[in-house]
Amino acid sequence: MTDAPMIETMEIARPPRNQWLDVWDQFRSHRGALLGAAFFAVILAAVFLGPLIWQIDPTYIDIRARNQGPSLAHPFGTDQLGRDTLARMLAGGQVSLAVGLTAMGLSLVLGTLIGVLAGYFRRLDGALMRLTDLFLALPLLPLLLVIIMLFRDALRSAFGPEGGIFVLIVFVIGITSWMQTARIVRGDVLALKEQEFVLAARSIGTPSRRMITRHILPNVLSPIMVSATLGIASAIITESALSFLGLGFPSDFPTWGRLLFDSTDYLQQYPERVIWPGLAISLTVLSVNYMGDGLRDALDPRIRGR
Amino acid sequence: MRAKHALLGAAAALALAPAAFAERGSDGQVNIIYWQGPSTMNPYLSGGIKELEAASLSLEPLARYDPDGNMVPFLAETVPTLENGGVSEDLKSVTWKIKPGLLWSDGTPVTSADVRFTWQYCTAEGGGCSQSEKYNDVADVETPDELTAIVRFSVPKPYPYGPFVGNQAPILQAAQFADCLGPKAPGCTSANFMPVGTGPFIVTDFRPNDVIALKANEHYRDPEKPAFSTVNFKGGGDAMAAGRSVLETGEYDFAWNLQLAPEVLDQMAAAGKGEVEVAFGTLVERIMVNFTDPDPKWGERRATADHPHPFLTDKAVRQALSMAIDRDLLTEIGYGQAGRTTCNVLAAPEIYASEANEGCLVQDIEGAKALLDQAGWVPGPDGVRQKDGMRLSMLFQSSTNAVRQDFQALIKQWWSEIGVESELRNVDASVFFGGDPGSPDTFQKFYADVEMYANSFDGTDPEAYMANWECKQAPRPETQWQGNNMPRYCNAAYDALVAEMAKTGKMDERIALAKKMNDILMQDYVILPLVHRGRVSARATSLGGFVMNAWDSELWNAADWYRVK
Repeated sequence: MTDAPMIETMEIARPPRNQWLDVWDQFRSHRGALLGAAFFAVILAAVFLGPLIWQIDPTYIDIRARNQGPSLAHPFGTDQLGRDTLARMLAGGQVSLAVGLTAMGLSLVLGTLIGVLAGYFRRLDGALMRLTDLFLALPLLPLLLVIIMLFRDALRSAFGPEGGIFVLIVFVIGITSWMQTARIVRGDVLALKEQEFVLAARSIGTPSRRMITRHILPNVLSPIMVSATLGIASAIITESALSFLGLGFPSDFPTWGRLLFDSTDYLQQYPERVIWPGLAISLTVLSVNYMGDGLRDALDPRIRGR
Repeated sequence: MRAKHALLGAAAALALAPAAFAERGSDGQVNIIYWQGPSTMNPYLSGGIKELEAASLSLEPLARYDPDGNMVPFLAETVPTLENGGVSEDLKSVTWKIKPGLLWSDGTPVTSADVRFTWQYCTAEGGGCSQSEKYNDVADVETPDELTAIVRFSVPKPYPYGPFVGNQAPILQAAQFADCLGPKAPGCTSANFMPVGTGPFIVTDFRPNDVIALKANEHYRDPEKPAFSTVNFKGGGDAMAAGRSVLETGEYDFAWNLQLAPEVLDQMAAAGKGEVEVAFGTLVERIMVNFTDPDPKWGERRATADHPHPFLTDKAVRQALSMAIDRDLLTEIGYGQAGRTTCNVLAAPEIYASEANEGCLVQDIEGAKALLDQAGWVPGPDGVRQKDGMRLSMLFQSSTNAVRQDFQALIKQWWSEIGVESELRNVDASVFFGGDPGSPDTFQKFYADVEMYANSFDGTDPEAYMANWECKQAPRPETQWQGNNMPRYCNAAYDALVAEMAKTGKMDERIALAKKMNDILMQDYVILPLVHRGRVSARATSLGGFVMNAWDSELWNAADWYRVK
């Protein structure tokens, strides 16, 4: 009995296409998004696989080789202490990207959770949205400075110097950047809740938990994905800003922002040292933004296919 | 004919104006940039050089040191000596005569009561005065008349120029600070930020760690000075931007303490807008070793003598740390012309420099390893040496500054070669040197195992400086975390030498004592000296009258500055 309609449709329509193939088709037609995704993949591969090939220790000081220009031994040159710039770029990228991805993940989970709860359960709406307003009003940088001062020692003893700061930065960026996601998701959930298929599902007694996981979440995926990509970009920039201010990770621990900060003194003599990390930060952020743009078009059924 | 003469005369007067006929306030504004912003104008509440220098614009001592290290009277008429009868035969009292007619910037007369009050202020119970070593052994300050102050010491003082001399011990106005004695001192915000002074400029607006606005003191003793009507004293930023703003763009007239890589400084000076000024004083870049345990588990009592350090109290470890350092290389990459290698924390004046410690000039990694092996510190599975489960792992802190971070990275590598692990931390210089007892990141609190910075003393006599490492000078909660004994070194033999120097009169004996104290610190590896640094500052070519001074505040003669037209 249940099999009958399915066989019918198979006979009428073309072989069923996976929905994600449609999305991919639409995504592919956005050239910027494609380029961005390709570039992001290249950066990810370089940063996480590169050190396996390029095995120079990024913190090793070879004082006789300081201030060198590009050469075969050091393709990106060396810094004022003779550390290899390429190795430092790769190591720095790992940290910057790891911070970006993890902080994004955290803010996404928080934002979606709060957005869905606020949108779906009317009683929670007021309280959760006021909480969102409260967090929106918090300025990120001063908050980070205070948190770093307060919790640095405790986290350092728990996770080690680099691990502690990593947890701290990811946590703070995560809990201060979920608000946009939450608001967008809530708006979409409010609209979805009134639609017929939701009413239908409710009329057959679907419990709230299933309602959310089965009907609501898949339909708000598009805004979530977009805010995720934008979140990566802003997390990378925040980490860079912190390192640039000389805070955050220890001074010999390379991140893209730290490399930029260290090189500004030598801007005139060795401009390439500023250009490499600067280029890496801006290109990564740009590629992620293009990806987000393409994803938004691709995930929106109203635009898809046009 | 007459009109023409008059015109010529006027023209000549204009041409000569800056030097010869300068009048007060005729040259507009002078812009000074200190990339570490001063947090107070009261030098008694801060151990930082930046505060001492900023305060020297408003507050003056009885006498200062000139660029050659000689004393010149400022508020006093003459410098009292044995010859002129100002210092008593038994070396137990000094009589200072204040210049008659001196006025505070509020128009009231400067009297010997102010001098007496300054002593009381710094020695008040519970006050935590940063410069208290200047007033060591002062039994009383007598004021027989309005212009005479007699400083009485409890012991013979062969060098009686500690109190009220140099930029660390200026005179405060009694009327303004009368209610700010002892524990109440840090709370007197308006007095600490805007002190009534006798110097050429007085504060009109003070923003901690940011900008200080000053104007010419209308009651300054020389009616023609200062030539500038206002001072814009900008604090904060970094050495790089400060150097650039004087040498390359000409926005500022004077930039202090340009601790930059030599190649960077040379490039900036090539722009021709200003000149780099170097003078070798007593400034020594050093690593301080913490004898107390900074572990947070001790709570309020961390980094105090209650909890000795688990491994830095072992002399072999400290010695190995010193042996692993290549001081020549540090000097070359960090300071170039503006630095010299040194093995002494007391590196100048020349006569006091010990020659007993020259061994440190040669880096000896193998020797350091052997020393640690002997002492029972053996490499663990991760290459870090350990003994009884205690790993040689340290937190190494310093202020945020490109040269210091390079030093940290280099030293970290050398130490890792001998099996000592270190973690680097850098703290914003305004906070690090700010002396705020509420901040965990100050160099006095020293919540780290080793820390690197530079320090110096004003004047030419090292007595007060060497007294820094007396046991009682250790910063701790009872002193509101003030004090200069950062290592918390406590050695009865050393304290005895400090006491002995305080009553020794003959110059050659004083020299021998100072050297001996230096050698104790060096051979006990309490302090690891790295580089004897010249003070490097930059001055715009249009700033006239500036004289670089390594023995006192660099702003010591701000009253004589003028605009070159």
